[in-house]
Amino acid sequence: MYKYDAIDRQLINERVDQFRDQVRRWKAGELSDDEFRPLRLQNGLYVQRHAPMFRIAVPYGMLNSAQLRTMAAVADKYDRGYGHFTTRHNLQLNWPKIEDVPEILAELAKVEMHAIQTSGNCLRNITTDQFAGVAADEVIDPRPLAEILRQWTTFHPEFAFLPRKFKIAISGTKEDRAVTWFHDIGLHLQQQNGEIGFRVIVGGGLGRTPIRGQVVREFLPWQHILTYCEAILRVYNRAGRRDNAYKARIKILVQALGVEAFAKQVEDEWAHSKDGPATLTQAEYDRVAAHFTAPAYGQANGEDAGFAKHREENPAFARWLERCTHPHKVAGYRAVTLSLKKHGVPPGDITSAQMNIVADLADHFSFGELRISHEQNIILADVQEAHLYALWLTAKGAGLATPNIGLLTGIICCPGGDFCDLANAKSIPIANAIQARFDDLDYLFDIGEIDLNISGCMNACGHHHVGHIGVLGVDKNDSEFYQVTLGGRQGNEAKLGKVIGPSFAADEMPDVVDKIIKVYIENRHPDERFLDTLDRIGIDPFKNRVYEGRAHGKAKAADKEAA
Amino acid sequence: MPQLIKQGAAAVDTWTTLVLAEGETPDTVALPAGDVIFPLAVWQARKADISARPRIGLLINPDERVEDVADDLKQFAVIAIHFPKFVDGRGYSTAALLRQRYQYQGEVRAVGDVLHDQLFYLKRVGFDSYALKDGKSVDHALAAGFTTFGNAYQASTDQPQPYFRRRS
Repeated sequence: MYKYDAIDRQLINERVDQFRDQVRRWKAGELSDDEFRPLRLQNGLYVQRHAPMFRIAVPYGMLNSAQLRTMAAVADKYDRGYGHFTTRHNLQLNWPKIEDVPEILAELAKVEMHAIQTSGNCLRNITTDQFAGVAADEVIDPRPLAEILRQWTTFHPEFAFLPRKFKIAISGTKEDRAVTWFHDIGLHLQQQNGEIGFRVIVGGGLGRTPIRGQVVREFLPWQHILTYCEAILRVYNRAGRRDNAYKARIKILVQALGVEAFAKQVEDEWAHSKDGPATLTQAEYDRVAAHFTAPAYGQANGEDAGFAKHREENPAFARWLERCTHPHKVAGYRAVTLSLKKHGVPPGDITSAQMNIVADLADHFSFGELRISHEQNIILADVQEAHLYALWLTAKGAGLATPNIGLLTGIICCPGGDFCDLANAKSIPIANAIQARFDDLDYLFDIGEIDLNISGCMNACGHHHVGHIGVLGVDKNDSEFYQVTLGGRQGNEAKLGKVIGPSFAADEMPDVVDKIIKVYIENRHPDERFLDTLDRIGIDPFKNRVYEGRAHGKAKAADKEAA
Repeated sequence: MPQLIKQGAAAVDTWTTLVLAEGETPDTVALPAGDVIFPLAVWQARKADISARPRIGLLINPDERVEDVADDLKQFAVIAIHFPKFVDGRGYSTAALLRQRYQYQGEVRAVGDVLHDQLFYLKRVGFDSYALKDGKSVDHALAAGFTTFGNAYQASTDQPQPYFRRRS
């Protein structure tokens, strides 16, 4: 993984000094709250419901064990001993003091970590596929270009005060696992006539106005990625709406102009910088790529006998293998997902004790490195099959081996109304109630692959639009209600779910999900996943079951009247 | 009054900025004598009246496009770029275009909501004078505002070579 050199270290240390001075001036009244707000946001610091919330970047999801141990130490010393992984490769602390944040940043800087631009109307953390570099279906490893983009975004002088936040995702695999169709810029690495480059997608996004991105350029040779992104950003910085925060994302500009007209503006702008000094060099690519070379993999000599034996004899282990391990491009290795979706725990939460255990597991079994997935789990990317059983035992003991990855209870979920100021409704209790209802592993496995995503408001941090089942918290007359969508999906065929009808009270949600699942079970053909059945029969049978016997429209109004 | 910073020091502002009062229009406003910074709309409407002056200043608002005065740039001794709010970042692109695309060599001045914590970025994209907002410390700005970071990854006006081309 990438190791800082002199300039990287210098810049993050100077960032710590800068923020220390900003906090000092704010405390002294030299900076007003309004002047300080964008500055603290660009260091990941929100002021939330109970306390500040502090968002630490995990650039393109990569961490090493020393970094995770530092996060554990920080969570213990400055917070309540736990953190929350978000859907965009960040770790959030829920209870730090603003005054402590400069010290936290200084401690993080020692292990090459920071909170730069994790919030605010600026270029945010670059995200990618959690299996980058090891995925069996990988075309090109996205990490060197993700790191090059990280450096380019860091303190970009022209784009620090954009109309709105700006998120870039990059994918190098056949199957998109980085939600690239729903980012401000989505980049697909690909090969064309022996040349490496990007398909460039712009104007995607979830949130209040969910829109699938559109292709602005079918193929861009990789050397031009910085100049081309600068052209996109300059067009957006100048022309993006600033009169209404809800219409300020680049997706609204692309919609207003039409993608052809937008592309033309970008190409006109790019014509001035194309082939200029910011064009990437092979030397720079090679320098960065050298940080991402494959580790010293052992030679597999057929399947490990011990591994095979445990798999045959231990159904729980076999189950975990099925759900929580993934194909690896090197024979004899697998990538492992440590589930942060244990039933009854807020999805994505991890205690400092667990962080230390995971750091040890990474050291023992996966070359000291790990990744964070946008599904809010931890990945150990390079585990030898012979070590899986030992790893599983430890992970199980630490509550990190729930075999629900890709299943109904492996829920993506934002912090919601328990923590977040923006939320209209709580999300964690809904996730936990659904997990409690579907606590039977046999049934969970029988239901099979299904993504259930929950957001506590339309900002969609829980990616509800792209869940096969999506749940959105809404506010109705100061009460918390939940709107359900069906049919959303991520990946190459990414699309938005459809709302099935009026929203539900919190205590109805386990029943609603249960009814949806029953319709699937009753209608499925052998080998059909939930999504396949849904696509075949449409949403009406689901709708009918869920709303069966429920008064709505005039009848509901009459009921209310009578009550 | 804002306090002008120029060439690494506090400076006296010798320019006045023409502000249109209620009811005045670019076509009819009286043009004051002396070194005046004219709003872009006034310049466009009254170019013939203004052009003979020895020194001319131009004011560009965030929604105005430098492309519209591209042919006139040589006539301006100073171009003031207005930041109505410091979080409105359009002026950074305006300055970058002036310097990088049009090779404008005169003074580029940040005016409006100009604060300490934006000085480093402003300098990078090509500003060389700063009307620091009233009440903010010029001393602290001069001591720390322009040297927040000792280096930068990206190419911009003050360093046209990105760091990766400057590596030894």
